[in-house]
Amino acid sequence: MTFMLDFLEGLGAAALRVLARLGLATGFFQAVLARAPGSAKRFGLLVREVYFSGVRSLAIIVVSGLFVGMVLAVQGYEVLQRFGSADALGSLVALSLVRELGPVVAALLFAGRAGSAVTAEIGLMRATEQLAAMDMMAVDPITRVVAPRFLAAVASLPILAVIFSSAGVIGAYLVGVELIGIDSGAFWSQMSASVDFRLDVLNGLFKALVFGVAVGLISVFEGYHAAPTAEGVAGATTRTVVISSLSVLTLDFILTVLMFRGLN
Amino acid sequence: MSRSKTNVAVGAFVALGMVAIAFMALKVGNLVSFDSGVGYRLEARFDNIGGLRVRAPVKSAGVVVGRVEAIHLDKDTYEAVADLRIRPEYRFSSDTIAAIVTSGLLGEQYLSLDAGGDSRYLVDGERIIKTQSAMVLEKLIGQFLYNKAAETSGDRK
Amino acid sequence: MPEPLDAPLIELKDVRFGYGGRLVLDGLDLTVPRGQILAVMGGSGSGKTSLLGLLGGRNIALSGSVKVDGNEVGSLNGAKLYALRRRMGMLFQFGALFTDLSVFENVAFPYREQTDLPEAVIRDLVLLKLEAVGLRGAADLAPSQLSGGMARRVALARAIALDPMLMFYDEPFTGLDPISAGIIGRLIQRLNVAFGMTSLLVTHDVNETLRIADRIVVISEGRIVRDMTPQELRSSDDRFIRQFADGLPDGPVPFHYPASPYAGQLLGDHDVHA
Repeated sequence: MTFMLDFLEGLGAAALRVLARLGLATGFFQAVLARAPGSAKRFGLLVREVYFSGVRSLAIIVVSGLFVGMVLAVQGYEVLQRFGSADALGSLVALSLVRELGPVVAALLFAGRAGSAVTAEIGLMRATEQLAAMDMMAVDPITRVVAPRFLAAVASLPILAVIFSSAGVIGAYLVGVELIGIDSGAFWSQMSASVDFRLDVLNGLFKALVFGVAVGLISVFEGYHAAPTAEGVAGATTRTVVISSLSVLTLDFILTVLMFRGLN
Repeated sequence: MSRSKTNVAVGAFVALGMVAIAFMALKVGNLVSFDSGVGYRLEARFDNIGGLRVRAPVKSAGVVVGRVEAIHLDKDTYEAVADLRIRPEYRFSSDTIAAIVTSGLLGEQYLSLDAGGDSRYLVDGERIIKTQSAMVLEKLIGQFLYNKAAETSGDRK
Repeated sequence: MPEPLDAPLIELKDVRFGYGGRLVLDGLDLTVPRGQILAVMGGSGSGKTSLLGLLGGRNIALSGSVKVDGNEVGSLNGAKLYALRRRMGMLFQFGALFTDLSVFENVAFPYREQTDLPEAVIRDLVLLKLEAVGLRGAADLAPSQLSGGMARRVALARAIALDPMLMFYDEPFTGLDPISAGIIGRLIQRLNVAFGMTSLLVTHDVNETLRIADRIVVISEGRIVRDMTPQELRSSDDRFIRQFADGLPDGPVPFHYPASPYAGQLLGDHDVHA
């Protein structure tokens, strides 16, 4: 009986903690969104953050995209050729990449590469009182530090996702056509016959945009609310990657159901 | 890293993103080859559409001439109604036959239009009268077995 | 409405402040006239830093009045608070320099954010401020290349960039060798005179404080318990003051955290520990 009560008490306390954190996050997100337009006017700040978040993530995105495309081609060919439909490889690979893997894997990599860096940077700025110093110099840290990093994530992730998908298609082409020997014409024509620009490519981009908002907000929130100690910043960085990844996968499921349910 | 180098890098990054979008639009996707909403509509009715799906290509002599825009069931006749969107540059005679065909043995199903000889052309919103339903494998096999059985019983007599 | 020049710059009346259910300041009164260098001393956790937070508007008092230059700080909204802060400077404990900006850009930061001055003017102003702290030669270094004392001097140059009327120093001597601490101390004194500022130091360092402060107050248990000049502190034979000034481990401020009697705990009263 006491065990049950302890369990319920623990559960209740945990739920309250989560709720308190969510409340804190909601207020913070509102503050960031309210400051975002003013921050976007400082174009130089935004460019700098797109450089650190977007451009610096390019290498990992391109290389991962190439390899994911190559693996998809090998595995896809394995299955398709059993049914004599190896020509459909192009459409299989392109649809997988454009609808799902491009936005999702790019977002997961982005959370690990750029999101964690943003959290660590903001967390360290807090721990070393740089944010407090800024505030005392009558410069709002949310406008000056937080909002540009959030906007950079929103701007970078769709670009990275479409680059990831392109790299994947090229990787699949290299393996499927150059290595395995599928007809190059069939590869491209099957692909373009089945991939619709508006329904598949633009929906994929929209997903990436939503993921950018999610990863961006989580990264800056965890950094801004990190405990001002080394452990606090380390924990916040881990939380950014974990919570971002879970959010991306959850959002992906919801968006996929909303977007593609009516199609088939 | 100086401000201008950062700007150049970010500019190149955005440009690369645009190239990737163009690649998606022109090579991977079919933005140019077919834009939904352009062209005229035709209607075709089938007893069974098999595995035909919305957005399946409409081909004539193997060339994509349009797309299946919507599929629904006629509540009174229990026929499947497919709405087709055909590109404006292609015109088909009123006795055109619409058939549901499979590319390869197990491939994707598409709608094939075989033009007839009539001098009158189908116009927007008109219906293709002559249609040929999808082959359903189970029915085909059933028919084959029935025929075989009929043959063998006939031989015995 | 500018205050008359003889009005005190800082006026705190019956201030109560706390967080997490703990009352840090409880009925604190303090008045600081313009031009003074005031040192606030007290044990760790006695609320010295909270006091700076209240004056800078980063903390809000539970009750009482916190006035800076006639403004009730706690009731100022965002824009008005920022307008007041533009006339305040603060030196943080470890400098809080922006790690991604060079020394020059750190000092230029307030000008770039708060003014529309042309680049050439900003450059001259930054070099002037750096010269004032003796670090003009370090303009192109990164903060990570600076020693603790140098970093604090750069932060000082940044804090005085907009010629504030009021400077806060949060533990300016902590972690510095005696020479660097001496340099910072002299800078505080010199800048206070040269720029006609008022300075408020929160510190533990008795030696440096005695050298530069005009007045010393000691906070204990949430209120000011001693208020005196450096001369009075030196000659005082108050036990509390002597413990603080001479760094004696035990005295009115006990060495031991409150505990059950030691012998009792050793002799098998295991419940206390378990």
